[in-house]
Amino acid sequence: MTVLPLRPPRRVRHETVTLAHGGGGSAMRDLVEDVFVSAFAVHEEGQPLEDQARLSLAELMARGDRLAFTTDSFVVDPLEFAGGDIGKLAVCGTVNDLAVGGAVPVALSCAVVIEEGMAVATLRRIAASIARTAREAGVRVVTGDTKVVARGACDKLFITTSGVGVIRTGLDLGIARARPGDVVLINGPLGDHGAAIMAARGELAVSAPVASDCAPLNGLIGALLDAAPGTRLIRDATRGGLAAVLNEMAEASNIGVRVAESAIPIRPEVRGFCDLLGLDPLYLGNEGVAVAVVPPEQADAALAALRAHPLGVLAAAIGTATAERPGRVVMDTPFGGTRIVDMLVGDPLPRIC
Amino acid sequence: MTATPMTTPFHDRDTGQRLLARIGEKLHALGATERAPIRLMEVCGGHTHAIFRHGLAGVMPPGMEFLHGPGCPVCVLPMGRIDDCVAIAEDPRVILATFGDAMRVPGSRKSLLQAKADGADIRMVYSPLDALTLARRNPDREVVFFGLGFETTMPSTALTVLRAEREGIANFSLFCNHITITPTIKAVLDSPGMAVDGFIGPGHVSMVIGLRPYRFIAERYDRPLVVAGFEPLDVLQSVWMLLDQIGRGVALIENQYGRIVPEDGNPQAQAAIAEVFETRAFFEWRGLGSIDESGVAIRDRYARFDAERRFAVRSPTVADPDGCRCGDVLKGGIKPWQCGLFGGACTPETPVGALMVSSEGACAAHHQYGGLRKGAA
Amino acid sequence: MCLGIPGRIVAIADADALLATVDVSGVRRDVDVTCVAEPGAPLEDLLGRWTLVHVGFAMSLIDEDEAKATLAILAEIGEADAELAAFATEVE
Repeated sequence: MTVLPLRPPRRVRHETVTLAHGGGGSAMRDLVEDVFVSAFAVHEEGQPLEDQARLSLAELMARGDRLAFTTDSFVVDPLEFAGGDIGKLAVCGTVNDLAVGGAVPVALSCAVVIEEGMAVATLRRIAASIARTAREAGVRVVTGDTKVVARGACDKLFITTSGVGVIRTGLDLGIARARPGDVVLINGPLGDHGAAIMAARGELAVSAPVASDCAPLNGLIGALLDAAPGTRLIRDATRGGLAAVLNEMAEASNIGVRVAESAIPIRPEVRGFCDLLGLDPLYLGNEGVAVAVVPPEQADAALAALRAHPLGVLAAAIGTATAERPGRVVMDTPFGGTRIVDMLVGDPLPRIC
Repeated sequence: MTATPMTTPFHDRDTGQRLLARIGEKLHALGATERAPIRLMEVCGGHTHAIFRHGLAGVMPPGMEFLHGPGCPVCVLPMGRIDDCVAIAEDPRVILATFGDAMRVPGSRKSLLQAKADGADIRMVYSPLDALTLARRNPDREVVFFGLGFETTMPSTALTVLRAEREGIANFSLFCNHITITPTIKAVLDSPGMAVDGFIGPGHVSMVIGLRPYRFIAERYDRPLVVAGFEPLDVLQSVWMLLDQIGRGVALIENQYGRIVPEDGNPQAQAAIAEVFETRAFFEWRGLGSIDESGVAIRDRYARFDAERRFAVRSPTVADPDGCRCGDVLKGGIKPWQCGLFGGACTPETPVGALMVSSEGACAAHHQYGGLRKGAA
Repeated sequence: MCLGIPGRIVAIADADALLATVDVSGVRRDVDVTCVAEPGAPLEDLLGRWTLVHVGFAMSLIDEDEAKATLAILAEIGEADAELAAFATEVE
């Protein structure tokens, strides 16, 4: 980005984004300033925009002893859906990837690739959503980039966010740290996001009263860590669903995981959606579900802390880590049987048989 | 499972426990043991799924074994038909609409999933009606629906063809791969060393065709069949009913699923099938070879909706892959883990045989839900 | 093949096209009701009925009396044989 002269912000006058907005000229500057900079308030008024964000090391070091750094790209169809949009997703995804490592998220970058022809109004809504979600999560969007590509070169809008956060001294969460006897907790019902997206696509002609669970989990995780400082690991159950997290953890920690199907919260409408299409909610993606493994003596406190948070009202203890069958996830069915929960191969596809 | 007044009562654990105790008594009375068990085959993949999903095999008293039968239409679809389907999909005029199940089934060149990645316009739909909607919305394209399934699914594609005719939708056609259930059961019964003591009958096929078509199983092969529902108590009750018959020394066709399956099936559905489809002289099955009169094709009257005629498919016969023993598994001859490829060359990630592709295939079900070995389940 | 799910018919979407709306735990989908419509009777008769849905088609109307009868038999199997077993034990 170039250094801007001090002057009132420019406005985009077109209704759709064209290749000219990616050309590096004044049209691009208008787009960046009007749509993104004004929404994010990334720099103090009257100050020039620099090519990089500058963070105070002293401020970071006051919060902990390690820097957490993560990045993620977001592509979703449709861009806007019940419970969120690609902008909210892009903030929550990166905030959550920091938070599950025990980091307090501090700052995000946001790079967008826009397909020409995109409506400026939609872009404005998404930028506002990014700003709103960042505010809610208590992080700042401090740097960004905009590219416009020819029609067909991307699908409407891709967003990449990177984030930095600080891990407080003494905390060490890790996927390999679960031990036999530990308790597995989740903060909320499974499958809301996956079902909401599939329904929103409209291809299945199914209407479902389901909204994505997309939410920044750093507040909830902070409360959990305060209540259960011995927490072994936290993961967010995004792609691959709960089944993927449990299997990764069983493998990395060399433990068995035993979960009770009846303890896993799933909304009736998500269950209905899954039954109709032959899907399994264990494999649907979530954007606001955290899986935490805590030592048994802290489980009650951890569960109470989750339930006391607005994003953990339906939190539940769903199972335990065991010494038996290391690497395997076994589920007790409500009917009294057991089954193995494996990882899913590929995407969940609707099936008829 | 969705909690409804129609399903929840059939999940009651206490009733299940009592039923399991009664099943145990019957097995004991029959002298069945772990080494010499009563073997009941569930014909339908839906039952295979339910048995694994609810962990029913694990709660069964000793002396009873489920054999997972050939009733997964995705699994028995031969490579040649997938190759035809890929060829149709690769025609640039075509939008191919398919159920999700068929996407990963390997063809000799590629699967539909690979064809999609290579640029073919392939859409996953929930219903053939949605394929018709695609045709309405894309009048300049040829929309082909990949129709597969047993009699349960035939009425839906037949009625969709009739709907297309009524609405004058000219750019819709059906690639018909429907197959019929009874020849499959006959193939099992005729296979050497057949070890099935009774059949758990396919509930949803039966709601279409009724009970009559199964009579030959009792009359000519002296084996009982109980048409069963898909909730856990449905499966347990049908097991009890089969054991009861075996204990009494009779072989009858009975109906456990009366709430869904009328004795004579569904007359409107049968009429739709008869109107649109006719029996093929033979149809190729993966693992089972060619079976006489086991498939249906579209009647001449509806030829313009027949993708096979519109796209002149070749229908090559492609041999099943080397070492693949899907056929033996389908017939109940061996268990999935007794196949040399199981869990090694053939996994859900890299399926060789079709039984590893569909989650209803016996091999995939064992791999996903049962662990790699029998003892793991 | 045979994923079939019980749903309740809650609206007639298009009577001429024989399409009705089915509800499965709040999830809705328009389905073809040709196979369950009584020839000659108004489609409204289907409202409130439970039906088994397969690939967007109502394939069977659920017989609620039959469902109750099956549950009664299930209970009976559990109890009757148990009594028999108890009786047998007493005789021994």
